[in-house]
Amino acid sequence: MTAFGTAAGRPLQGRGGSPGFRFTLYGAVAVVIMYLDQRAHYLEPLRYALQAAAYPIQLAVNSPPAAWRWIRESFQSRDALRAENEALRRRQRDLELMTMRYEALAHENGELRGLRAALPPVADRWLPAEIINIQLSGLRQRLLINRGASNGVFKGQAVLDDRGLIGQTTHVGPWSAEVILITDPEHAVPVRLERTGLRTIAVGGGDGSSLALPYLPANADIRRDDLLLTSGLGGVFPDGYPVARVSEVHRDAVQPLAQVRAIALSHINSDAEVMLVWFRPGHPAAPAATASSAVDVKNGNAAMQPLAASPRAPAPRSTAPASPTPASPTPAPAKAADAAAPPDDGAAAAAPAAERGDSPTPPAERPAEPSPPRQPP
Amino acid sequence: MALTTLFALILTVLPLPVWLDVFRPAFLVLTVLYWSINTPRAGGIGLGFLCGLLLDVFQGPVLGEHALALALVAYIAVREHQRIRSKPAFQQSLLVFAALVFYEFVVFAIDGWTGHPGTSPLRWLHCLTGALVWPPAAAILSYGEGRFT
Repeated sequence: MTAFGTAAGRPLQGRGGSPGFRFTLYGAVAVVIMYLDQRAHYLEPLRYALQAAAYPIQLAVNSPPAAWRWIRESFQSRDALRAENEALRRRQRDLELMTMRYEALAHENGELRGLRAALPPVADRWLPAEIINIQLSGLRQRLLINRGASNGVFKGQAVLDDRGLIGQTTHVGPWSAEVILITDPEHAVPVRLERTGLRTIAVGGGDGSSLALPYLPANADIRRDDLLLTSGLGGVFPDGYPVARVSEVHRDAVQPLAQVRAIALSHINSDAEVMLVWFRPGHPAAPAATASSAVDVKNGNAAMQPLAASPRAPAPRSTAPASPTPASPTPAPAKAADAAAPPDDGAAAAAPAAERGDSPTPPAERPAEPSPPRQPP
Repeated sequence: MALTTLFALILTVLPLPVWLDVFRPAFLVLTVLYWSINTPRAGGIGLGFLCGLLLDVFQGPVLGEHALALALVAYIAVREHQRIRSKPAFQQSLLVFAALVFYEFVVFAIDGWTGHPGTSPLRWLHCLTGALVWPPAAAILSYGEGRFT
């Protein structure tokens, strides 16, 4: 590592000047690219093109496991297939029994809400997508799926499996899309407790299955095995989808906040397919992103992009229990004010930190109140 | 050169179990180092930049992060290629270890500045395995170079 001290005495004239000159050139280009990608989202077309170029390599990388799966499936015995068929048939019958009353219940619910007719389901359209590549490490938890802009996938779209929420799309290429998991440390999802309706934010725990609820006061009413649902705030996920189950509640006398961990309900490790969901615009339970119908394929919803709030910075407003006290009318984020104004709490938290301007410095859109009204539940 | 780079990229993004993933050497960095040392005119900084950009598309939070780090490492390797080339394998491994730590430090620093704090100390582990893998990897690459080019 004595590189910088020695003078460049040796002539090494390759193409395009001396190594020092070339390094300066490439280094400057890299810094400019980083700046453009981080500060302003000018580079989405470049990312789009690069993702298209990278897709064949990713497919090639995935081909050995895919071939292995295909071989295993095609050599399955007849008995195994029959057993599986039987199990599926039984399951379908159970599900049909369970949904038999659904129509009546939906109608009843609509009447209770004062609507003339029952609402249609919030999910408008489903599209299964195959997982091409999984990156699970402590730092990054991403999936690559084989659906992209050509299938109508947009940035910031909710991804589910049959048990719960998986994550949302972050980068969309023409034939592929990258999904950030809810367990990624850079991801935060606004949730509410099914039992009490308490709203808070669940941040990814970074170990593949767990989430942390870092913003709950020590006296919050939360127990083990409480179910966490999406709260519908934040403009990405609709209301009421299961996210995680509380696994551990730790209250320390000297800590003002409770340490709560939850286990994600989705099974990313065993899934081969995930579901992409389009939500019915205008539905009361639909996220604001689809309701505003200003969804751009590459850039996602303009209303939620500039909302910069780090999940690491404490967001005390969201810890207030779901009580009728209105969130104090803080000045709306300047850039988001033109489009559909996001709901109050946690609206900023659903966009992954990777897409935001900068997280270490909390921007001016942070709530200005220093001590929020924190009521015991 | 392009073929080995592509192969190294595939090795880098190949899905592995989580516990094994920590030990995975940075094959692409090793390949760029090899070509920078042995054919500094053909490979070098431009190769490092391009490979880094590809790596950014696959796993970088910010475009240009790995590109800068790889260009930097390639620059050092190109500058010192004659000195490194004449060293025995063991000393080369030590130098490669230093280069990998430097590379990881640059990525780590950019991660921090751009607000993607990597908290796990396990991210430095691949430098060690990379240095261990270097002698056989260099042998394979030089064998291929003598044979196919």
